[in-house]
This record gives sequence, structure tokens and C-alpha cells, in this order.
Amino acid sequence: MADVANRDLKAMRREKLAGLSTTRERVSVTPGPPAARLALRAGEDALNSVSRALGVGVPRKPKTSARAKSGGRVALWLGPDEWLVIDEDGADLPAAAGWAKALHSAVDVSHRNVAILVAGDGAETCLAAGCPQDLSLAAFPVGACSRTVLGKVEIVLWRTSERAFHVEVWRSFAEYAYAFLAEAARDV
Amino acid sequence: MLLIHCPYCEEERPELEFRHAGEAHVARPVEITAESDEAFEGYFFIRANPRGIAYERWRHIHGCGRFFNAVRDTVSDRFFATYKAGRKKPDAAKFAGAATGGKDKR
Repeated sequence: MADVANRDLKAMRREKLAGLSTTRERVSVTPGPPAARLALRAGEDALNSVSRALGVGVPRKPKTSARAKSGGRVALWLGPDEWLVIDEDGADLPAAAGWAKALHSAVDVSHRNVAILVAGDGAETCLAAGCPQDLSLAAFPVGACSRTVLGKVEIVLWRTSERAFHVEVWRSFAEYAYAFLAEAARDV
Repeated sequence: MLLIHCPYCEEERPELEFRHAGEAHVARPVEITAESDEAFEGYFFIRANPRGIAYERWRHIHGCGRFFNAVRDTVSDRFFATYKAGRKKPDAAKFAGAATGGKDKR
């Protein structure tokens, strides 16, 4: 028992998809880095206040996203009063949202989601294996984002460039989503 | 795949993102405790289940998450219109010409 007491016990964060990586000829599927995430709900009248507090103008148009002027912060439109805010620098998002005086709801979901990055010429085809939406550039341009389906699980899909997508999936579904995409990458 | 127009996302989305949510325009009684058993049964259990044009609630559950209303032909599974929750229901006569309900002979 004494040994346990003397040991330097520290909580270690274990990445869900640590060590996984799939690279095929035309597409690569890799776990994204850890990030801070915020599930934001706010009414129309609170948007200006919340946007100022977070330093990123939350988008009002369906299927769009907005990046902060500097840093790796982005707000993704999920619904008419719902956004997912992601900060890749791991900033304290609930504290930032707390500066907004207007009524809103901000829940830290940093550890609920896992990011999977799909990149390469075949990224679109790879995702199309399980996502029923039209992912062509015309229908899903760079910066577009949407909550949708991949195989049997729900994801948030965000197009970061012409040939790269960012997939946000719930932690417990991450292994399924990763395996699904890695399998799909074989056929691209 | 069947495409359904979501009035909140303002575009057509694949049906896999949606879930059916029962009959639309079922008004909850204002004074529910004062309802007679028969009236409550009617409100709570009895649904029109028409053959042809039906007013239904749908939810874009794997999208924006919103409930909205739709006019659908239960025979052909064709969606005539979708509209935001709370909007007035469109007149069925508008779609009667295009509907197949009740006309097909088996």
C-alpha cells in the first residue's frame, strides 16, 4: 500500500484513436489532434454578444462555418440555434462564452467528440462510401459543415479544403467511424 | 434515395437524416384535466391514418435536429411540401391533382 501512496499518480489522457493511421494511394485517414469543443445554443438576440465573447462570428446561414480571424477557432452551424465551436489550441471555451451577458447555453464537450481527418484526392469518394449527402464541391463547398450520417453513426462533417474533410464523431463511435473510413479508403 | 426538403436547412437532404414523428396539427387540449375520457382518447390515441394526402411531423434528427411539418402522399411516398413548425397547414386541394391516394385500383 505504501508503494501506491508514494507513486506519482497522475491522470493521463488517453487518446481514443492513438497510434492509428491509414494512408492509401489517394486518401489518408488519420485521427485529429485533441481540441476544445463547445456545444453552443443561443437565440437570435444573443448571437452578437456570444460572437464577441468567443471572438468568432457564429454563422447564421445553414451549412456554413466561420473561422476566427486568428488562431484555430471555428464555429460550425448545426441548427438554427445550435453551433459546435472547436478550438484547436485547446482554449477554455466555456470561460470565454461566459463573458457573454446575453442568455445562452454553452457546454464543454471537448472529450465527447473525436476528430478524424480525411485528406487527399479521394477524400470525397472515401466519405461518400457512408455519407448520403452530395459532397461535390458545388453542393458542399470549402467551409461547408453539416451534421449528417456516416454508415450507422451520426457525425459532424466539415470541409476544410477542396481535398480535406474534418469528421467529428462521438467518442464511443470513433472506432466504428475510423474503421469504416479506413475500409472505405481501400476502395478509393 | 428519397430527398426531403428541410425548411430549416433550406435544402433537400437524404431521407436517412430524417425521422418520422407522427401526425401533425394534433392540438393539445387547453384544459387537459377537464377532458372527458372519450375526448382524451381521441386526442391521445386516435389518428387519421389517411390513404393519400397526410399531414405529418418529421424531424431532421441527424441534421439540424428540428421538427417540421410535411404533406406527404402515403400511397406514392411523395412529399408535396414541407414547412416550419407553427405555420398554417396548406390546403389539401392544392395537392389533390397530383395525389394518387384513393385512386389506384388493386
